[in-house]
Amino acid sequence: MHLSYQVVLAQLMLGLNIGAFYAILSLGLAVIFGLLNIINFAHGALYMLGAFVALLGYNELGPLLGMPDFHMNYWTALLVAPLVVGFLGVLIEKTMLRRLYKVDHLYGLLLTFGLALILQGVFTNYFNVSGISYNGKPEILRGAVNLKFMMFPTYRLWSIAISLAVCFATWFVIERTKLGSYLRAGTENPSLVQAFGINVPLMITLTYGFGVGMAAFAGVVAAPIYSVSPIMGSELIITVFAVVVIGGMGSIMGSICTGLSLGMLEGLTKVIYPPAANTVIFFMMILVLLVKPEGLFGKEQ
Amino acid sequence: MNRKLWAALFLAGLAAPFLIYPVFVMQLLCFALFACAFNLLIGYTGLLSFGHAAFFGGAAYVTGYLVKNAGLTPELGVIVGTLAAGLMGYIFGILTIRRQGIYFAMITLALAQVIYFIALKAPFTGGEDGLQDVPRGMFLGLVDLGHTYHVAGKPLELNLYYFVFIIFCIGFWIIHRAIHSPFGQILKAIRENEPRAISLGYKVERLKLLAFVISASLAGTAGATKSLVFQLASLTDVSWHTSGEVVLMTLLGGLGTVLGPVVGAFTVVALQAELSAFGSWVTVVIGVTFVVCVLSFRRGFVGEVLEKIRTRPPGQND
Amino acid sequence: MKKRLMQFVTGTTILGMAMVAGAAGISTDVVKIGVLTDMSGVYSAIGGKGSVTAAKMAIADFGGKVLGKPIKLISADHQNKADIASTKAREWADTDHVDMITGLLNSGCALAVQKIGTEKKVISIATGAGSTTLTNEHCSPYGVHYVYDTYALPKVAGGAIVDTGGKSWFFLTADYAFGHSLEKNTAAFVKAHGGKVLGQVRHPLATSDFSSYLLQAQASGAKVIGLANAGGDFINAVKQAREFGIVQGGQTIAGMLVFLSDVKSLGLDVAQGMNFATSFYWDRDEASRKWSQRYFAKTGSMPTMNQAGVYSAVTTYLKAIKKAGTDNPDAVMKTMRGMKINDFFSINGHLRADGSMVHDMFLVEVKKPSESKAPWDLLKVIKQVPGDEAFMSLAEGSCSTVKK
Repeated sequence: MHLSYQVVLAQLMLGLNIGAFYAILSLGLAVIFGLLNIINFAHGALYMLGAFVALLGYNELGPLLGMPDFHMNYWTALLVAPLVVGFLGVLIEKTMLRRLYKVDHLYGLLLTFGLALILQGVFTNYFNVSGISYNGKPEILRGAVNLKFMMFPTYRLWSIAISLAVCFATWFVIERTKLGSYLRAGTENPSLVQAFGINVPLMITLTYGFGVGMAAFAGVVAAPIYSVSPIMGSELIITVFAVVVIGGMGSIMGSICTGLSLGMLEGLTKVIYPPAANTVIFFMMILVLLVKPEGLFGKEQ
Repeated sequence: MNRKLWAALFLAGLAAPFLIYPVFVMQLLCFALFACAFNLLIGYTGLLSFGHAAFFGGAAYVTGYLVKNAGLTPELGVIVGTLAAGLMGYIFGILTIRRQGIYFAMITLALAQVIYFIALKAPFTGGEDGLQDVPRGMFLGLVDLGHTYHVAGKPLELNLYYFVFIIFCIGFWIIHRAIHSPFGQILKAIRENEPRAISLGYKVERLKLLAFVISASLAGTAGATKSLVFQLASLTDVSWHTSGEVVLMTLLGGLGTVLGPVVGAFTVVALQAELSAFGSWVTVVIGVTFVVCVLSFRRGFVGEVLEKIRTRPPGQND
Repeated sequence: MKKRLMQFVTGTTILGMAMVAGAAGISTDVVKIGVLTDMSGVYSAIGGKGSVTAAKMAIADFGGKVLGKPIKLISADHQNKADIASTKAREWADTDHVDMITGLLNSGCALAVQKIGTEKKVISIATGAGSTTLTNEHCSPYGVHYVYDTYALPKVAGGAIVDTGGKSWFFLTADYAFGHSLEKNTAAFVKAHGGKVLGQVRHPLATSDFSSYLLQAQASGAKVIGLANAGGDFINAVKQAREFGIVQGGQTIAGMLVFLSDVKSLGLDVAQGMNFATSFYWDRDEASRKWSQRYFAKTGSMPTMNQAGVYSAVTTYLKAIKKAGTDNPDAVMKTMRGMKINDFFSINGHLRADGSMVHDMFLVEVKKPSESKAPWDLLKVIKQVPGDEAFMSLAEGSCSTVKK
């Protein structure tokens, strides 16, 4: 394949598109990990759930309510899906995860792994694995924009922009606001923060809810691009794990940067040696582990 | 009491193919050995590997390939498969052994994905179709493992069954010895209090690495044997779902108990066989099992039973 | 203790050896047909429960009995995993005494089952797998390849598309044996018809984002973008090609393996104008319409070529038993090889010595939304290609059991 600068730029743009999803998902994992010390294996399944909320809201909600012409539109889905999934997250945290804080953190990983299997299994039973098209893409986001070096679909541009906006807003809240400072303090020393009269258990619950809400948000953003399928999250989550390992889980900005740059790396791989596209991140991970075992932005434990 | 229990289990193992469909029993034994090998790592070092399928499946491919294409006898095939898994375990170990807890789990998971990629791409694995048509061969060049006996109208592959059974017993015995040796005791000490073990002068990392390599090798033995039983090695063997399943088997039976993984493996494999007609509901049931197990009986079946026996008031002892 | 155990071991072994039974040929009092298909995975819409329904219909239409013995159906999910397919087939052969296994939606599963069939003398009729290896290097005296293969499909579609002006091709190929074989065969036919191949890109199986690959295809300037993949990959690629304006830019997309359910899932708006090869289309003629409407009444969707193929395969198998007067697999296979297979599915069909069921193939085109009069009115048949032209000839093949 001839590598003109246009080709490279175009692939980098597409890589940025994937990277934006990696960033928002690994950021959610990092936020949850920061306060709860667990790796949320269900993150991929909840991302899938977010996409399904959008899909079912568009296709099925109307008929269900007896209004066959009613479709929950894209913008509403962007708001509703994170809320629904976030609420589910709150329930999961309150009824299950909470009981595991005193035991080895690995049990949290195993529990969420189980939850991921349940969600994936149930949806596989009712929906085709090869995916369903989401047709609710708003009119304004259809078509393509001329970027000089390529025609880039408007929706993809939007998906990059909105994902990054959410990432940076999260970064801002955690690193620059008072609420964020409580969170960070809670990460360092929960009992001290509790002593200052802050409701740490509530903070933990809401953090989990927020983290999985971000996954659902990413799911809605992904719905019009990819087919909505029960397994859309299960392979993605493994890749995102590798992203998290490469970045290290120390910093918010680290997650964002790693996600974006690995997406672009994947994009380039798709031109240079396509069959490795799904695996290049794992090779990258081995490389990073050899050179800097704590991850690019991580702190040594 | 223990001696009697072992003898009874051994006899049950010998008689099993006459009572239950032998291929199914062989499958049970392979997974039980896999889970026992996995348990050696998590139960005695506290390291949760989420990439053990790499050793299981990797060895299955190596053995399958060599038996099929290089004409290795089955016992040599299994030995080479085991060694190959051990070597992979050594390489994985060097990369991961300093990490702990969740990092360790995630890194092993990601490394296993690389092995999956290789299994998908390498010219000798058969890609999506898997490595098929693995012959069962002649044990020591003498006994035909593919031979089928017909007992009361039922086809029984007894040669193969006892071959698998012996491998299982040897593997189980090695794990049992390792656990009850000074090595096993030191591992436990490390798990309980690593800094103290270091201060006592133990080379903690090297010991953990050794445990990892043994665990990987025996997982390989299980995978190698499986490739002979089913005459194929496929991507399922190296996929992360298999890694997850072995975690479940061990957890369900009881982490760090000798018999737990066997019980867990039997439960999970039987569950999958029973539910196979229900499609994706198998996944749901396995997920629910995970959740229930983590929430309400973290010690697993065997662990809970042992705990009951231990905490029983002395007066009630018989 | 140990001594006694040893005695027990030797004892049981000798007992086992002594009881080796030579009683083959006497069949159980029931003809058992197993449908092994994908119930939950990517191919479940192509085969799945629909295949089971089709098999049930075939048995019911046959009267539920053959040679006075009842016909029983069992089914299971192979999840597209060769190890599961192999385990299940082995169990069916050993404990359920199944006589024939059909379904088999991917090549790995079909190869595994055909292999076990050879060992256990169980007939396997693959209706969904594409790989030509089933009837060549891995062919079996008990294996039948019923619906299509990766030779016939591109031969019918590839040549026709080049002849109508699609001279230059670029392939998007699923990176595994099936995709490679499809790409290789299509490329050969394209060249044979005077077209040329400008390049190809191999994508991992189950890719969700095709944009990079599509851009490479676009940049190649090829007239035709050949999709040597199937199912979800095919659907995603076609959808995203539209998103990037590839079809609007004048390039055509050609799917090498397309099912009716894929077209339904994409919608006519996206899929219109596409040419592809198929073994069967429900609205092809009177007989196919009649059967398909009955099928539709039971399942709520029109049959894919695999589902129709299962019905035809089961019926052919039962007819052969009746004709042979036994369910002995050797006799049944011999009878099937001597039969003409003509029904609503297969036209001018006959089973060859290598296991290939050769029948007429069809080139179809997806209708424009304006041409479609009903929800399932999706395709029009453009050309009928005689089986001997479409399928690989015996002389070209490499099946070891065929005497040349």
